[in-house]
Amino acid sequence: MTDYPLAPDASVEWVGATRRYDLVKEAVLALLAVTALVLVLAAVFSSPDVRPVTIARWAAADPRDVLATAVSELNGTSGVATYGPPYTHVAGAGQNVIGGLSLQRLIGVKIPVDPARAFVLGPLSIPARADPALAKALVRYERAPIEDRLAWANAYGKAIDRGSGIGHNLPPGNFGPLPTMMTAYLQMAQSGGLDGALTSTGRFYQSNFTKALLFLSDGSYLESLASKQHLLGSQWGMMNETGNFPGQAWLWLYTFWYQIPPFSTSDNADAQIWALMGFLSLAFVLIPFIPGVRSIPKWIPLYKLIWRDYYRKAHAAGTSRS
Amino acid sequence: MTQHVDTPTWTARVRDASVAALPPEKLLADRQPVYVASWIYVFGVLSLAAFMVVLASGVIIALAGPTWWHTSSFGDFVNSTHLWSTELFFFFMVVHLWGKFFMAAWRGRRALTWITGAVAFLVSIATAFTGYLSQQNFDSQWIGGQAKDGLNASGVGAFFNVLNFGQMLLWHVLLLPVAVAFLIGVHILHVRKRGVVPPLPAKDRRA
Repeated sequence: MTDYPLAPDASVEWVGATRRYDLVKEAVLALLAVTALVLVLAAVFSSPDVRPVTIARWAAADPRDVLATAVSELNGTSGVATYGPPYTHVAGAGQNVIGGLSLQRLIGVKIPVDPARAFVLGPLSIPARADPALAKALVRYERAPIEDRLAWANAYGKAIDRGSGIGHNLPPGNFGPLPTMMTAYLQMAQSGGLDGALTSTGRFYQSNFTKALLFLSDGSYLESLASKQHLLGSQWGMMNETGNFPGQAWLWLYTFWYQIPPFSTSDNADAQIWALMGFLSLAFVLIPFIPGVRSIPKWIPLYKLIWRDYYRKAHAAGTSRS
Repeated sequence: MTQHVDTPTWTARVRDASVAALPPEKLLADRQPVYVASWIYVFGVLSLAAFMVVLASGVIIALAGPTWWHTSSFGDFVNSTHLWSTELFFFFMVVHLWGKFFMAAWRGRRALTWITGAVAFLVSIATAFTGYLSQQNFDSQWIGGQAKDGLNASGVGAFFNVLNFGQMLLWHVLLLPVAVAFLIGVHILHVRKRGVVPPLPAKDRRA
């Protein structure tokens, strides 16, 4: 066999010409070079670290939004209240992959959240221990028929939407005990008490912020801040990060689908895009077995560029023998 | 006099099988086929080097705890090295993958090399993603809030809760890095075992 075969058999061990190659030296030099490059990049560009939003900050910046969100949790119109699995039991809620097939519904509610209790009534029970008026208002609310509670919450929500005022400062209306409850709620939010209440598990140590993040996501303040940072889904969303940093550029294909029809207008975009990306990822892993795709390298002969020296020597060796 | 022959121990069997599959001169070969002579070959080892820097910077952050880098200027710098080594890791890995794709590097019983590399790339994406969720800053809040919908829609969110900081941190610092390191290890051992894929057949100019 020649040292430079024109058609080497990839399935047998190479017996042609070889060259000195120091793998360990290459690895050490690569490590040194990459380390130096990383140190320079870190020193020059640093990294983003924008402060997290607290509910106290949200309540100070946009108290009306906090109260509107709390009311939406009470009357069941919030994002979480209407979300469905894995948080809430809502008939028919959950995205479909295709037709009526929903993995979200199939798996069901695994992280149960009762929005009214988790975000409003539970936290308010803490200051109510030292506030008889609030305790009385809470008892009245809890003992009222569901129709009354909904009517109070709807009326209170509309008053907030009209910009009539917040807390106690409202025109007369059928609000029931909500002015007392919402005044205390806003005070609790602005003091930071609501941040603690939403993350507390009653077990001292805590590492799960699901409730607090769901409540923040139900409001519009977090989204308004994200919009300013160009982080919305329509702005290529979560592949970006705050500031002028590359972010998770490797998510470009996943984020790309959200920008184009039919996904950009679909109510089931998340389920459909995940299914599509699952299929594409599997295809990517299995390229060696997919006819046509595995032949692309032969049709786009970049390999001739990569191995140009070898082919030149192989042709020269072949010519010299002929 | 009869000679007693011991049955091989499990240890001896594993050693003999390992050495037979990958003898030392093949594992750490100091000669390579002559066609291994292009800059594209460097991106594999550059990916590995960047991964080492990612691990080293991550270990330093882990030593001081997850909140340290928010309050210390040195911690902020170490976090920056963690970020930029991650960015380089993905850049090198993508170039490496495209290079191997256009070399059709899965030829000659090398499919496992491609598969382990591709899966390592996908698991690396999950690792970086959980890193963004573990930062405890605005990016974590927003990315978690956005990502939950896709994960919930796929059914995964019921078990992999991106809003649960403790769960995401453990996936980021333990489960996923171990998976990536394992996949990279198998990938490299398979490259050493099968050798670097030879050039695609060229047309003979005399033909």
